[in-house]
Amino acid sequence: MKKMFTTLALGAALAAGPAAADLVFPDLSYRTGPYAAGGVPFSDGYQDYFALVNARDGGIGGEKARVIECETAYNTEKGVECYEATKGEGALVYQPLSTGITYQLIPKVTADGIPLHTMGYGRTSAANGKVFSNVFNYPANYWDAASAAINHLLEENGGSLDGKKITLLYHNSAYGKEPIRTLEELSKKHGFELGQIAVDHPGQEQKSQWLQIRRERPDYVIMWGWGVMNQVAIQEAANIRFPMENFIGNWWAGAEHDVTPAGEAAHGYKSLNMNRIADLPVFEDIKKHVHEAGNAAGDGSNVGSVLYTRGMYAAMLAVEAAKTAQEIHGTADINAAQMRDGMEALEMTNEKMAALGMEGIGPEFSVSCADHGGSGQAIVQQWDANEKMWKPLTDYIDSDREVIATLVAEDSAAFAAENNISERCN
Amino acid sequence: MLYREAGDFKTSYVADSQTFPIKFDRYRYYAVLIIGFAFIPFVINDYWVNAIFLPFLIYSIAAIGLNILTGYCGQVSLGTGGFMAVGAYACYKLMTAFPEVSILIHVLLAGGITAGVGVLFGLPSLRIKGFYLAVATLAAQFFLVWLFNRVPWFYNYSASGQINAPERTMFGVPVTGPETAAWAAYLFCLVLTVFCALIARNLTRGMMGRKWMAIRDMDIAAEIIGVNPLMAKLSAFAVSSFFVGVAGALFFAVYLGAVEVGEAFGITKSFLVLFMVIIGGLGSIFGSFAGAAFLVLLPVVLKLVGVDLLGWPTDLVAHLQLIIVGALIVLFLIVEPHGLAQLWRVAKEKLRLWPFPH
Amino acid sequence: MPEQLIWGMEVFFNGLMAGVLYALVALGFVLIFKASGIFNYAQGVMALFAALTLVGIMEGQVPFAHLINAIFGTEIHHFGWHVPGLLAILLTMVVMIALAWAVNQFIFRHLVNQEPIILFMATIGLAYFLEGVGDIMWGSDIKKLDVGLPQGINGPIDELTYNIFNYGFFIDNLDLVATLVAALLVIALVIFAQYSKQGRAMRAVADDHQAALSVGISLNFIWVMVWSLAGFVALVAGIMWGTKSGVQFSLSLIALKALPVLMLGGFTSIPGAIVGGLIIGVGEKLFEFAVGPMVGGATENWFAYVLALLFLVFRPQGLFGEKIIERV
Repeated sequence: MKKMFTTLALGAALAAGPAAADLVFPDLSYRTGPYAAGGVPFSDGYQDYFALVNARDGGIGGEKARVIECETAYNTEKGVECYEATKGEGALVYQPLSTGITYQLIPKVTADGIPLHTMGYGRTSAANGKVFSNVFNYPANYWDAASAAINHLLEENGGSLDGKKITLLYHNSAYGKEPIRTLEELSKKHGFELGQIAVDHPGQEQKSQWLQIRRERPDYVIMWGWGVMNQVAIQEAANIRFPMENFIGNWWAGAEHDVTPAGEAAHGYKSLNMNRIADLPVFEDIKKHVHEAGNAAGDGSNVGSVLYTRGMYAAMLAVEAAKTAQEIHGTADINAAQMRDGMEALEMTNEKMAALGMEGIGPEFSVSCADHGGSGQAIVQQWDANEKMWKPLTDYIDSDREVIATLVAEDSAAFAAENNISERCN
Repeated sequence: MLYREAGDFKTSYVADSQTFPIKFDRYRYYAVLIIGFAFIPFVINDYWVNAIFLPFLIYSIAAIGLNILTGYCGQVSLGTGGFMAVGAYACYKLMTAFPEVSILIHVLLAGGITAGVGVLFGLPSLRIKGFYLAVATLAAQFFLVWLFNRVPWFYNYSASGQINAPERTMFGVPVTGPETAAWAAYLFCLVLTVFCALIARNLTRGMMGRKWMAIRDMDIAAEIIGVNPLMAKLSAFAVSSFFVGVAGALFFAVYLGAVEVGEAFGITKSFLVLFMVIIGGLGSIFGSFAGAAFLVLLPVVLKLVGVDLLGWPTDLVAHLQLIIVGALIVLFLIVEPHGLAQLWRVAKEKLRLWPFPH
Repeated sequence: MPEQLIWGMEVFFNGLMAGVLYALVALGFVLIFKASGIFNYAQGVMALFAALTLVGIMEGQVPFAHLINAIFGTEIHHFGWHVPGLLAILLTMVVMIALAWAVNQFIFRHLVNQEPIILFMATIGLAYFLEGVGDIMWGSDIKKLDVGLPQGINGPIDELTYNIFNYGFFIDNLDLVATLVAALLVIALVIFAQYSKQGRAMRAVADDHQAALSVGISLNFIWVMVWSLAGFVALVAGIMWGTKSGVQFSLSLIALKALPVLMLGGFTSIPGAIVGGLIIGVGEKLFEFAVGPMVGGATENWFAYVLALLFLVFRPQGLFGEKIIERV
């Protein structure tokens, strides 16, 4: 209730104040529906960080950040409603956390001149800033993820995957199909055999798929899952005694709630991550300035979890981009177009992250007009069921930029042709 | 008193059999049309169009379609989402294959293709009845969604299987794609909605509609008095699917602009449209509009009240929304099982006498 | 023996087991449909709700904690105790009976003599309602459900088949338990329906409401009882599925797996639900095994429906359904 009153009071104050100068960051979250378990911690992290910046630093460059939360339930229609409802408030950047909503918003944000940050999801070829002026998917995208996973396996196998069998288990949707093309290219390049097995939404029943895996005995299984599919897959993998260390999920299949239902059996399961999990100093700040003040976004239980950290990381990138924009344009009260410039000039260095109390949370990268995709690096982490925590297994792994750059150019060129977009940045 | 029919004399059969025989109704209808065409386009903005008017108009078409099948012909269908997907993908394929042809023709053609698919899946209705048929139509729902997800030809071999609506214009004004102005999208859908409603209204009160209703009320009896059940049922499936297909095409091309089949046209969509039909009133064109308006507006209103007005956490509001929608559905059914249309009829009866007791 | 055949056999057995799990969900539908003519779409959500309640009670969660905290600004989450599995199941059953009573009292008593489609709609309303209540009551995070059921590959079967075919069959222990439980449940239900007084009354109501009423059977009591039974079946199904995937929203979608089973077996037959479940389970698994790879897989969702549809074209009332006699 405290929180309710503060938001009420805040809302009233804002309504009353003369042209309230604040920076608006809409949070299209989903705390209900089939994917709520993933949506809740991400949104908590996203909001808590803005609350921290307001409480600790007095806002971004002196301007308070205002988060407008809007529930989408992972539903594209509600996503559109949320977008239309919040864009008039002076929204600076959107982070919809849904591939479906992203596809909807790409043309809309471009027409409205608002930047869209799809961190590690959404349309992969949006990394090509020449075509997608307002869409950013740094620090890494799905094709990077697929390639990073293969590079990790290459390293494990002494540089050669020749004759190995790798099976992709994927959510039968736009999201799940993303890595297929990259993996096909990579399989040609490295000589491994690629199998593909689709799991239909929601993925409650995967007996057939795992029987198939058991028969075909692939050396590795890579999973592109989300929601209940992850928990069932990990349980079934344990059931058929598939070696867990040869089972790698992408970064949306590697949170605590994905592995805990399987209990001990999930020990050793690996997943990718675009942000490192560690006991960062910033969590203390969040607890002190946000949670103890009674402003936690959720029930406060998610601090430090994989998706919470990722949400916080996303918010941090947004804040840093806003700061960059303020510097470029010499004004604290930036608008969406200026925010876009800030995002395009964003540079993340280790010093910067350390100064923010999140040392090594993400890779170092810089964004440019042509390249909206970041460094494309990812780490591999492994689940330790005894200590009930994810442990980083590797440092940031590079993706195979050669292969991906060609694919990105191809796909974005097709989009540009379909929509009559001429290339920028030349 | 307020709602009068006294002194409204008809001197010809044509006048007597028009859609709105009562003057008051007719003027009200004209007023609605005038407001819809000449007033609303000048005042609406993006939010009103994308959050309220477009979904309302498009769902109205879908609800009219399902109402013809379920309300008039008595065949319960849970395949609406799948048929909308047929409309959407047909429209997409036509739009990309023949960019020079008018989008209006594409949308209508998409409806026609859906009608064909609908007839195909309607064939089992000749043998299967009641809930068995309802569940059987789910076969269409799941198969079609799987098909569009699985066969790359339908989404032009794009990497992710999403389809995007390219920009198409009517009279030089874009009606699909990102540059579409709010009023253009609204007017385009409004024209089609009015067109569909007119067709539906006239079909249902003509010979075809009477045949459908005979089948609905008792199919064996209908057969005995000379209604061909094959023709009646299949024509209902065809007409219904046409409307649903048009709705699907508009849903994809004008409203969302990009669609992923499993998410946008899943089983929940089928249920949603069925809710609209039942809450609005089975066997009533007005009911289809009322039901669509109710279910489109309710969540928006609840969200406005809960989040923006009261400042509650969004997840609580979303959960309460489920509870309230569920409770309202049950309440409606208990109070008035024949839907909003029946409430409207009762209200008219009351208004006729009001404020006098007799 | 050729490899394909051995694999096919493995798939066949796994299909049977999956079919049992589908049948468990379908049973709940049949019970209610038989006794009151209501096609209860909320059965899946009831399974979710039962499982959520079970986990909540076991973990000592405070119901409506989120709501209470939001209104009173408190920070309560747990009572701090853990309830043993069996007791928790009993307590959950009490909740499900209370739910059955409430459903009858507040909804279906007022809808007596309505058309089937209206009743069906009411259950969809109920499904929405329960979904919201379940979320608010227990939270929407994924919960681990562990009532001590075994999981994983069954060793003896693996060894036995390995000795015979040189290929060990995979049979999940949980599926074996589920089969056993389902068998017991069906036997218990049949005995109950055939030999107990309430069971006979239930069958009488199923045959003819008004006649049953006129010989002094309390319809209210029977309906509450039937809904409680369905709640119990939902609880069992919820435990089986929840053990596998954790308790979460998607559990409510298992209702969709039960619908083709119902079509095939007939809405009114308990043996039909079992046989239908087995046919659907085996059919969809074998199809995915044999044809799936050729068409890109993920065929199970629609194939179950198409299979049921084909059956229906030849037998419109399902395998065991009552013959539909139409009079003018």
